Amino acid sequence: MPGPASVDHNSYPDSYIREILRNVRSIAMVGASATWNRPSNFAMKYLLKKGFKVIPVNPGATVKKICGETVFPDLSSLPGTVDMVDIFRPAEDAPELVEEAIKIGAKVFWMQLEIRHAEAAKRAEEAGLQVVMDRCPKIEYARLTGELGWNGINTGVISNRRKRL
Amino acid sequence: MKQLHPEYGFNTLAVHSGTAPDPTTGARSFPIYQTTAYVFDDADHAASLFNLQEPGFIYSRLTNPTVAALEEKLATLEGGRGGTVTSSGHAAETLALFPLMAPGMEVIVADKLYGGTINLMGKSYRKFGWNAVFVDTDNPEAFRKAVTEKTRAIFIENLANPGGVVVDLEAIAKVADEAGVPLVVDNTMATPFLCQPFEWGADLVVHSTTKFLSGQGNAVGGVVIDSGKFPWLGNSKFPSLSTPSPEYNGLTFAETFGDLAYTMYSHAISLRDLGCTQSPMNAWITLNGIETLPLRMERHCSNGLAVAKFLEKQANVEWVSHAGLESSPYFELGKKYLPEGTGSVFTFGVKGGYESGLKMLESVELFSHVANIGDTRSLILHPASTTHRQLTEEQRIAAGAGPEVIRLSIGIECVEDIISDLDQALNCL
Repeated sequence: MPGPASVDHNSYPDSYIREILRNVRSIAMVGASATWNRPSNFAMKYLLKKGFKVIPVNPGATVKKICGETVFPDLSSLPGTVDMVDIFRPAEDAPELVEEAIKIGAKVFWMQLEIRHAEAAKRAEEAGLQVVMDRCPKIEYARLTGELGWNGINTGVISNRRKRL
Repeated sequence: MKQLHPEYGFNTLAVHSGTAPDPTTGARSFPIYQTTAYVFDDADHAASLFNLQEPGFIYSRLTNPTVAALEEKLATLEGGRGGTVTSSGHAAETLALFPLMAPGMEVIVADKLYGGTINLMGKSYRKFGWNAVFVDTDNPEAFRKAVTEKTRAIFIENLANPGGVVVDLEAIAKVADEAGVPLVVDNTMATPFLCQPFEWGADLVVHSTTKFLSGQGNAVGGVVIDSGKFPWLGNSKFPSLSTPSPEYNGLTFAETFGDLAYTMYSHAISLRDLGCTQSPMNAWITLNGIETLPLRMERHCSNGLAVAKFLEKQANVEWVSHAGLESSPYFELGKKYLPEGTGSVFTFGVKGGYESGLKMLESVELFSHVANIGDTRSLILHPASTTHRQLTEEQRIAAGAGPEVIRLSIGIECVEDIISDLDQALNCL
C-alpha cells in the first residue's frame, strides 16, 4: 500500500482504490441531490445498496431525506465522524471542504469525476487523509467487482479467481 | 504497441481479459448464457436497471453476460473504454454512427472500402437522410476539403479491403480533430494485434469480428469500441449524448456517465432500438477465437507475405498489391502503422482480365472460393463478379476491384502447399 506522498493522482493503482473501498463504511456525500436522475443520486442509491452508510450533505436541499437518509446542511453538523467525504461540488469548493473533512476526522477525501484540486489534495494528504480525485466511487466499485463489464466497459481487471471487490 | 495494462502484455490479455472465472460456478471456460431475460430481485431493482442507475441484466437484446465478456475483451485489446458487440460488422458500422448522425448530416468516407460498406453508406444511409461523402483514401487533404458544418464523422478502413492499401491514419485523425468530429476506423483487416487505431488518434473503432478475430469462418459478428476520449459533454454537434434524453427522464448521457457515455448510449438506446444484437453462442465462439489471435496473425502475416513475393515473380501476374512488398506504394505507411505485418488479405492482377480471373478461381484446389476473409483456410475471390458486383465500373476501379483483380485471404496452412496450389492454377491460364 503506497503512502499518501507517493500517490500519483493521474493514475491510481487498483490496489489503492480497492483498499479505500474495502475499509470505508460510512460516506458523507456533499452535494447529494434529491432529484432521482442526477448523477449524485445515482451514486448514493448504488452505494447504499452495496452496504455503505451514506449521509447526504446539502445546504440547499428542500427535503429532509434523500434515498431515505436524513440530509445535513454541512459536514460540521454531522452527529459523528465518517470514514470518507465524497464531493459533488465544483473544484473551487474543495479547499474549504478539505478543512471540514479534517476537522470531523474523515480518513478519505474523494472528489468526483471532472473535479481536480492539487492543493486541496496536498493539504488533505499532509493531514493524513487518503485522496482520490476525478473518479466516481460508484464506477470504481462496479469496475473492481466486474459489474461494469456487464455493460461492455473495460474494467482493466484480470483475475484467475471469481470476481469480488 | 501501446502498453494496454499496467501488468500484462497483449497475448496475456487476449487470453484473459473479460473472461475471469464465472462468479457463480467458477467455470473456467466462460459460460454461454443462453437466456433471453433475467429475474429482478424486486420492483426497486427493476426500476434501478431500467433507469440505468446500476449495472445489470434486463433482456439479452441490450446486454448478456457472454456478449459482455466479448465486449470487454475487445475493448481491452484496442485500449478502449468500452465496447458494444453487434450481430455483424455492417450492424457495427450503423451502430457506430447512430449516436452521431441525424437527417441532413454528413459522414466523410474513404473511397477504398469493403464493397458492402460502400453500398450501405452510399445508398441505404440516404434512406435515413445520412449523406456519405466519398473522398480519395490516399489524400488526407481531400478529407479536409470535404469537411462542412454538417460533418459528424469521418469513416475509414486503416488496412483497406480488398487489400494492400494502408491509410495515413495519423494525418486523417488530425483532420478529424481539427473538424471537431470523431474518426471512426474499421480495423477488421489489421486486428488490434497489428494496429491499434486509438494510438494514432482514432475516436471509435469498428470490426467485423467474423474475420480474423473469431478466425475460423464460423461466427458472424461485429463490435464498436469507444476510446472514451472524445469530448461529448456540452458539444452541440452531438445532442444524443450532450442533451437530456426524454426517454430516460432527462438524463444526459455525457454528464451522468462521463467517459462511459458512448458505450452506455450504444446499449441503452442504439441496441435497444436497432436490435442488432449478437447471439451468446456467436460471442462464445469469438471469445475462444480471440485467445489464439496473436498466434494466428503471426502465421497469417508470414504466409501472406511469402505468397505475395511468390506471385510478384510469376509471368502471368501483372501486379501484386501487398503493403509488405517494397514495390508497394504503401510500403512506408505499412512500416509505420503495421510494423508486425501487413495482414494476409491482398490483391493481384492476372493477365487476361475478367476471363482469366474467373479461370483462376475454377482452377484452385486448396483455396476456397468464398466471399469471406480472415479464415484459417486460404480463400480466393474475384471482387468484380462478387463482393463489388453491385458497384459501377468506376467505383470498382476506385475501390481497387477492377476486372483483372483477384483477392486472396491467406490462411495458416503450410505455406508451400498454398504456393503450390496458386502455381498450378496460374499454369492453367
